Amino acid sequence: MKHLANIALPVAVAALVLGLWEGAVAHWQVPPYVLPAPSAIAWAFAENFSSLMQALESTLTVTLEAFAASSVLGVATAIAFSQSRLLERTLYPYAVILQVTPVVAIAPLILIWVGFERINLALVIIASIVAFFPILAGATLGLKSADFNLIDLTRLYGASRFQTLWRIRMPTALPYLLSGMKTAGGLALIGAVVAEFVAGSGTSTGLAWRIVESGNRLEIATLFAALGLLAFTGILIFAALSLLEWALLRRWHESAITDRS
Amino acid sequence: MTLLSVSQAGKRFANGTQALDGLSFAVRQSEFVSLLGPSGCGKSTALRLAAGLLQADAGAVSYPEGKPEIGFVFQEPTLMPWADALTNARLPLDLKGGPRSEANDRAATALARVGLKGFEKAYPRELSGGMKMRVSIARALAAQPKLLLLDEPFAALDEITRNALGDDLLKLWREDGLTVLFVTHSVSESSYLSERVLVMTPRPGRIVGDIALPLGRDSRLSPSTIQAQRVISDALNGAITVA
Repeated sequence: MKHLANIALPVAVAALVLGLWEGAVAHWQVPPYVLPAPSAIAWAFAENFSSLMQALESTLTVTLEAFAASSVLGVATAIAFSQSRLLERTLYPYAVILQVTPVVAIAPLILIWVGFERINLALVIIASIVAFFPILAGATLGLKSADFNLIDLTRLYGASRFQTLWRIRMPTALPYLLSGMKTAGGLALIGAVVAEFVAGSGTSTGLAWRIVESGNRLEIATLFAALGLLAFTGILIFAALSLLEWALLRRWHESAITDRS
Repeated sequence: MTLLSVSQAGKRFANGTQALDGLSFAVRQSEFVSLLGPSGCGKSTALRLAAGLLQADAGAVSYPEGKPEIGFVFQEPTLMPWADALTNARLPLDLKGGPRSEANDRAATALARVGLKGFEKAYPRELSGGMKMRVSIARALAAQPKLLLLDEPFAALDEITRNALGDDLLKLWREDGLTVLFVTHSVSESSYLSERVLVMTPRPGRIVGDIALPLGRDSRLSPSTIQAQRVISDALNGAITVA
């Protein structure tokens, strides 16, 4: 029953909003280049289905590559930090600088350095920069959060640093890392979209470019269709990572435990 | 035969607290010794020195017969929440290396000995406080230690569970010929469990009483146990007045 309500309530809200939207557009005869009716957006989506899917594939590829790259780099950097306080103190400020500098401001530089002939690489780098920090921050905090007594126990039994890292620190860090990855997944998509915007015409083929192009042509219904697809992709990434989190933590971590028996 | 010897050990922490000063005691093989004192008197620090987890600033900690295999039980169960009971009990063996099947057998045996047969696959969150502490003791036993160090292991448990675990600990000690150093702030616990009680004073921690307890303390309420409690209490009160 509770499960049904979780799905039924948001769907009911969506149906209500779309119905009102459709009715309002028809009643006040809003021109389609200002606000198209949901039915018109659905039409535009169907008409442009194959080209929109191509654009989605392009954006999704950049997003997933950036997410994978930032995950690997973020975890590797956090492990390096956990092994050397000096390294952490030296480099962490630069990671923060990378995080707080708006990516739109760095993107043109990266495009010039990497070159428009390798546009996809440039897009992946830009999106990776955006997704990197939450993974680094999550993993760094997690690796530091290990129970001191457990660490002492490994010392008592003469464990190597690698054993302590693998058996105690990494499992402790997992919930923190997964939380960082959930944020990073959404940020990788945002980063990919921003990168496409900056890359501009001729070179970019993703959803963000479809949005710019549709806007220029006043094809607002297509713009909405692309926008909806983008939002849907973001939700899908979040859902996939939430599922991964649940699968990995359901047996032991408070956050993933649903049965309070 | 002296297994552990601490002589004139001192320890000052980075914040300036002099935790221990001139701490001396020895533990003979197969003894059950309690280290008794009020909270904050440096008992845990002394135990960590004995385990080699801390280094003394002054004096020395030595093992005249060579460093024995040490088992350590903390005040909290200190289990890995992501691992089941068997994996938790197996940790010392996993860290030391060796064949997995043998490690599994030894960890399962250790769990059975603390009364947790059938709970091998249970995760810590599925166990009660007492059961978690039993897993923690099984983990310490899995590596077949000669010296077992316990840091107020039952302090967070209810009285019924605490008594049951105390009886089980005594049984394990007798069966294995273990040497036990048991840190506690409970007079009744030390009077029933141990053969000898070392009384500590706080700030800086040092030993002010070394009380050998008579035999015949077969239950918690037998006259000789009550008598032992009186002797220990007197020593403790004298120590606190001095401090």
